[in-house]
Amino acid sequence: MSKVLEIKEITKNYEDINVLDGVSLSVEYGEVVVIVGPSGCGKSTLLRCLNALEKIDDGEILLDGELINPGNNNLSRVRQKIGMVFQSYELFPHKTVLQNLTLAPLHVKKADKRETEKEALMLLERVGLLSKKDSYPRQLSGGQKQRVAIIRALMMHPEVLLLDEITAALDPEMVREVLDVVLSLAKEGRTMLIVTHELSFARAVADRMIFIDGGRIVEEAPPSDFFEKPKSDRLRKFLDSFSYEKE
Amino acid sequence: MNVDVLYSYFPKYAEAFILTVKIGWLGIVLALVIGIFSAFVTHFKIPVLGKIAGAYVELFRNTPLLVQLFFIYFGLPKIGLSISAESCGILGLGLLGGSYMSEAIRSGLDAVSKLQTQTALALGMTRLQVFLFVIFPEAVTLSLPAIIANVIFLLKETSVFSAISLMDLMFTAKDLIGLYYDTTEALFLLVMFYIVMLLPVSILGSYAEKKYRYRMLGQ
Repeated sequence: MSKVLEIKEITKNYEDINVLDGVSLSVEYGEVVVIVGPSGCGKSTLLRCLNALEKIDDGEILLDGELINPGNNNLSRVRQKIGMVFQSYELFPHKTVLQNLTLAPLHVKKADKRETEKEALMLLERVGLLSKKDSYPRQLSGGQKQRVAIIRALMMHPEVLLLDEITAALDPEMVREVLDVVLSLAKEGRTMLIVTHELSFARAVADRMIFIDGGRIVEEAPPSDFFEKPKSDRLRKFLDSFSYEKE
Repeated sequence: MNVDVLYSYFPKYAEAFILTVKIGWLGIVLALVIGIFSAFVTHFKIPVLGKIAGAYVELFRNTPLLVQLFFIYFGLPKIGLSISAESCGILGLGLLGGSYMSEAIRSGLDAVSKLQTQTALALGMTRLQVFLFVIFPEAVTLSLPAIIANVIFLLKETSVFSAISLMDLMFTAKDLIGLYYDTTEALFLLVMFYIVMLLPVSILGSYAEKKYRYRMLGQ
């Protein structure tokens, strides 16, 4: 398998805080990599650096062998290859669901309107939201919004999908409907980089788990080893914090 | 109230009405153009222009239209720029309104979450596309009540145009009262014409607000 994304020793500082401290990671086509870690560890920043929403201070990011940096005048083209979904959905509130899906393809790719709408309707059907095509985002539940946000990213045919805590703002029963969509994407071989706190989901979807703490990758392993035989104390402590026992 | 007097005054008022509406709306269009530009450079903190826009807003928001009109009407000819009373009215209204519109639109721009920009960028849109298709329409929808209030306010501000001898509604009323002393009829027609001018704006404004804000915000 060949690498779609190569991250080499990137660092990122906010003033004097070292958010990412030499992170290296490569992702292969069709691979699902799940990143976990305590809040503030730099995992969201890492995702945001990947499509140049944040400038890196040092290191290199290669997408399909092409260097990504904020000075790149092909940023738009690079970003089209990396879809991103945020925790807060960020649907465009003044547009209908269908318009949310077609806005970027129509203006960025100058895609054919009819074809684009057809594709949007197909994706809506796939996530069970065809009946909501003319609704405005405010009329949707959180889980519905997030499913629309996911397929909105897919509309640009990205090579990699970045999911940044996409269920963190959802009620438990809505988490399921969103994660089911992600699972089905994994099954069809989508390359994804997922930041999440849903450990059981992570285990089900991941080809590889990564634990970040203090801006560094502390541990990297297949899910079975990651959850059952954590090597570092920090990861063990982190995993323990998710389980409860009655004294 | 004498109906014959009303009849005889009507054509004069109708003429003044057309002039007032014309100058009023041209001024409002100018105000929107200035306001959008000024809000843009202020919100995005464009070097130099942002500061100039800030100073402009404070200058024009904090001085009366009458004073601004005097400066334009009597001041500009002193530096060799003569200007007709009509242009002066439009320019004055545009500059005053621009400062109000700027603040209204800027508040809308400020209220749109930064993540909306980032999401749109992440979809591959250019900064210009993000502004045109995402940020600006959202901001205007949020600012709509303030923008409509400004439009109504500016249309009413046309009443000070009589000071630079523009024959607007107010001028006509004062003129007729001075000539014939039919105060009741003159004032009655004045009020009626202002209502005719403003009520449709109010109604259309509420309709637009309901439609665009409701679908975006729910209320």
